[in-house]
Amino acid sequence: MATPQPHFPTLLKPARPVGIIGYGAYVPRYRLPAREVARVWTGGKGGLPIKEKAVPGLDEDVITMSIEAARNAMKRAQIDPAELRAVWVGSESHPYAVKPTSTVVAEAIGAVPNTQAADWEFACKAGTEALVAAMGLVGSGMGHYAMAIGMDTAQGKPGDALEYTAGAGGGAYILGPAEESLAIINASYSYVTDTPDFWRRENQKYPEHGMRFTGEPAYFKHITEAATHLMEASGTTSQDYKWAVFHQPNAKFPQRVASGLGFSMEQIQPGLLVPVIGNTYAGAAMIGLTATLDIAQPGDRILVVSFGSGAGSDAFDILVTDKIAARAGLATQTQEYIARRTEIDYATYARYRGKLQMK
Amino acid sequence: MTDVVIAGMGQTEVGEHWDIGLRDLAFGAIQEAVQDSGGLKPRALFVGNMLAPNLSNQAHLGALIADYAGLAGIEAVTVEAAGASGGAALRQGYLAIASGMVDVALVAGVEKFTDQLGSGVEAALSTAGDSDFEAVQGMTPTGQAALLMRRYMHEYQVPGNGFAGFALTAHANGAGNKNAMFQKAIQLEAYTKAEMVSEPLNMFDIAPNADGAAALVLTRRELVPPGFAHPLVMIAGSASASDMLALHDRKDILQFDTARLSAGRAMKQAGITPGQVSFFEYHDMFSIYAALQLEAVGYAIKGQGWKLAAEGAIGLKGRIPCATMGGLKARGFPGGACGVYQAVEAAAQLRGQAGTNQIGDAQYGLIQSLGGPAATAVSHILQKLD
Repeated sequence: MATPQPHFPTLLKPARPVGIIGYGAYVPRYRLPAREVARVWTGGKGGLPIKEKAVPGLDEDVITMSIEAARNAMKRAQIDPAELRAVWVGSESHPYAVKPTSTVVAEAIGAVPNTQAADWEFACKAGTEALVAAMGLVGSGMGHYAMAIGMDTAQGKPGDALEYTAGAGGGAYILGPAEESLAIINASYSYVTDTPDFWRRENQKYPEHGMRFTGEPAYFKHITEAATHLMEASGTTSQDYKWAVFHQPNAKFPQRVASGLGFSMEQIQPGLLVPVIGNTYAGAAMIGLTATLDIAQPGDRILVVSFGSGAGSDAFDILVTDKIAARAGLATQTQEYIARRTEIDYATYARYRGKLQMK
Repeated sequence: MTDVVIAGMGQTEVGEHWDIGLRDLAFGAIQEAVQDSGGLKPRALFVGNMLAPNLSNQAHLGALIADYAGLAGIEAVTVEAAGASGGAALRQGYLAIASGMVDVALVAGVEKFTDQLGSGVEAALSTAGDSDFEAVQGMTPTGQAALLMRRYMHEYQVPGNGFAGFALTAHANGAGNKNAMFQKAIQLEAYTKAEMVSEPLNMFDIAPNADGAAALVLTRRELVPPGFAHPLVMIAGSASASDMLALHDRKDILQFDTARLSAGRAMKQAGITPGQVSFFEYHDMFSIYAALQLEAVGYAIKGQGWKLAAEGAIGLKGRIPCATMGGLKARGFPGGACGVYQAVEAAAQLRGQAGTNQIGDAQYGLIQSLGGPAATAVSHILQKLD
């Protein structure tokens, strides 16, 4: 596999500067400890990749969860929903194969009918891809505001390594002109190759993965390349960023990739949520950023790098403005959702997630 | 008989080569070996490979690799004897030169595990056993080794960490081999804490499946040009033996008869005794295999082979240094390439090119390649020529 050299110019920079004017998170309340999965499948033996994961309730899915996060984003943005010219939802667990999640979300928050609406799919980076598209829509001036959501109720095959981590949650972002923003997105850069590390085919219930192949040639390569190219083209180093958020399929990977790129544990700590909510797939980098914005101060620079299997990474260079102070408190904070916690056992989890065959 | 010498050798790093295919792996090693031989022109190619038809849907490696190496036209075949494929290919190369039918022979071992996921690899490896009576019941090579080890520990009262010395020695030696998959020494604590894979075998009792290729250029001694760049290494003994494929057919499962027979024949041909062997590259696919080989060759009496590892006798400065470049455990297990790696590593020792792992005054090296639990064993004695 040759390493492609990015064509000039490397960065995606909109014609007019854009930024985040509102953001919101959502995490369902139920938690399945990883030790419960180990208890059932390995007799309690073996290491645990995280502490626990968030599990959606019986009446929750990517639509209801996206609406929760979208409403939180609207509370912070303080705009008329009719002004949203796009509502885009990235997920790998859209409730329908045909029929969009995004129209239901747009209707629920009052953004219809004068809006774009569509669902995005790119494994775990569907949400950040929607974010890049929103940068384009707003940055070109075609729309004043656009919403991008990354949300998942991830599927893990019973007994598989992924069942420990496949969690639920995500984040919603409203992009608008930089001058109205609580955080300006200076630029983005995406690094994409044909790498078959993880997939779920049509009509399959659970995804499959290439075991150790999901590490070096997939996760680490794409995140490292995307982050490195973005920072080189932006003239920055890890020292220029107060915070960093990386896609987080387990606790170990983001810490290792961060360290390889020169980031400290302190820099990634606010956005490292996987130990307590699991891998939220298309929501993972998105909700890592909501948690980081919750505690960010004006002038803080944030690097965000997602990863989606198949494979690619979107990297963002974000600068927090002084508008953060007035808006961060306008909606439920990410850590409040994490603290709202009801522990369940494996049997309840199996029932909530429809793992019991009823007929 | 004709003196057969190793004129050139090459190897790739052993590891997970996700983005390198079979033919490129083989070519990497071949190119290095031909260059190392001073540009001798091979007239025959013997490929050692175990699983390419299963794992890469590719048979007919002889023609494939000969063509890819720019050698189309020469004689080229694949030699298969499960994990002993590399040793068996080396023996075919040896016989071709020794018979006088071929002047320069290329022996290339290559294996590519990472084309398939773990479960597919395990199923493929199980084809080395008796398919009708073992594999069909779910018996895998690891399962077989666990049965042997459990029986051995029971018969000879081996304590819990009795086999630790094999992994510790291998990893210590892997640290000095830049082509090894694992280049880090481990402490006893790592061994004792390791997860069980198939009790009593833990993770450190098992060699890791890995991609890799190694190659040798063989020729007759008199064809080596004067002023040759390296000390010459001769194949002084070569032998192969076979046993019942299924463990349950054997009279004594704790006796590797093929290891005894082939090593005995190779040493007899070389005119040496086990005591004259400077080092032993065994086939430590599982630590229990190493113990049984040490006993079969004659370094320990039955039931005492594990003690050589426990007492440090197999270290680089020990009585009989083993796995001097990491063995299968630390260098890695590149399937049908293994036997060729052993020859390359032994030749490096005899040439004095083993770096920090160099054995003092290495004269004879014994290498032994096993197929399954020694249903096949191929042994060679390599000798340093002055």
